Amino acid sequence: MYSKGLAPLAAATAVTITTAFALVFFYAPNDADQGFVQKIFYVHVPMAIVALCGFIAGGLFAIRHLRSGDSSWDLRSYVAIHMSIILGLGVLVTGAIWAKASWGHWWVWDEPVLVSFLVVFLLYCVYYPLRFSIEDPSRQARYSSVFAIAAGAFVPLNFVAVRLAEAYTHPRVLSQTGGDLPGDMRLTFLVSLLGMALLFVTLWKLELTAKHASMQLKRLRNRARVAA
Amino acid sequence: MIAAARTILRKDLLIELRTKESVPAMVLFSITVYVLFHFGLDRDSLDGELASGVLWVTLLLAALIGVSRLFAAEREQGGIDGLLLAPVDRTALFVAKAAALFVFLTAVELVAVPAFALLLLGPGLGGAFPELPVVLLLGNVGVAAVGALVAALAAETRARELIVPLLLLPLLVPVLIACAQATEPLFRQDAGPEDLGRWLGLLSLYDVVFVLLSVAVFDFLLED
Repeated sequence: MYSKGLAPLAAATAVTITTAFALVFFYAPNDADQGFVQKIFYVHVPMAIVALCGFIAGGLFAIRHLRSGDSSWDLRSYVAIHMSIILGLGVLVTGAIWAKASWGHWWVWDEPVLVSFLVVFLLYCVYYPLRFSIEDPSRQARYSSVFAIAAGAFVPLNFVAVRLAEAYTHPRVLSQTGGDLPGDMRLTFLVSLLGMALLFVTLWKLELTAKHASMQLKRLRNRARVAA
Repeated sequence: MIAAARTILRKDLLIELRTKESVPAMVLFSITVYVLFHFGLDRDSLDGELASGVLWVTLLLAALIGVSRLFAAEREQGGIDGLLLAPVDRTALFVAKAAALFVFLTAVELVAVPAFALLLLGPGLGGAFPELPVVLLLGNVGVAAVGALVAALAAETRARELIVPLLLLPLLVPVLIACAQATEPLFRQDAGPEDLGRWLGLLSLYDVVFVLLSVAVFDFLLED
């Protein structure tokens, strides 16, 4: 039920990601001040954008679950958040590497996007202990959905708050990822973003299929045990 | 709904008045944390950023105690079934619990903030009026709304003591940012408000979002 179109999607992901890496290494120019290291931007930023969209999508699926009572939406929300947390870890690691290479420190508190991301990441990590400490399946789905919605609303609010706090001490004139990229860099960035988004959707569908299959298997085993 | 909420609130306040469980514990906790900060920072008096940071971190940690005790009476005595069986809206329950938490926080601050001024604050509270009470009240609204939601979320889980702080503290980061930044200029030697509008605006936005959100989703918690 979740695996529909998975094969072509996986193929499209493989092609787009390969193209993106080819563009990153052979087409996009080295950055004038940061040099080669700046290329981590093509992994870090798309990953961050996709992870945040995944968190928000988790909230939207959760709203659908609470509206309809259909537990498949809860599963979608759970897997979206699960995938986003994995990408989120990647964002923090690549962010730290980039920060070390370009500013000389592993962690920079006056980079508002990175700091907000850490707070959001810490919040979403609590999704697992919350979800798995509730045994009743329908209550588990409902409570997880409430969490997903509250946390989804928290994401933009937190970004505003952290940005205001940092802007207060460190005025920021140019945004790092703003629309002022030269054309060849922008093309590479957009292809990388598309590749990362496709990767997310593919992994999401794959995980949904796997979770669904193992749930069905468990149900069949229970039925076999009851029959025997 | 208002009548039901008022009844539940009265019950909670009456229980607190008789058992004196949450508020004195929160006050005691705050003062202990001031002592810890005194030794941890090795400073006799604080001002500016450090003072507002210490005050707000302490108040938010004290709020944790109130939040984790918020459904304690219902849980221990099985009163939650009574409340859920009563033909009242869940929204009434949320409003009552959030209001109770708001009252507790305000009561704690009435003691804990003067105690902070007495024990640690260098410049004194004189320059912080009338802005500080406004910041405290707006902060309390946000903490109360999020706290009631988190308390209800954690009430039915096995790892309750674990979930409440892990969930509440990241959610309160924007409150901490806004309150600490708004309070910081009030605690300087040359006290006076600075950029107050921006932080009060952020706090109000947070309050509105989380009050509405909690009212919207509370129906799905504490069912059956």
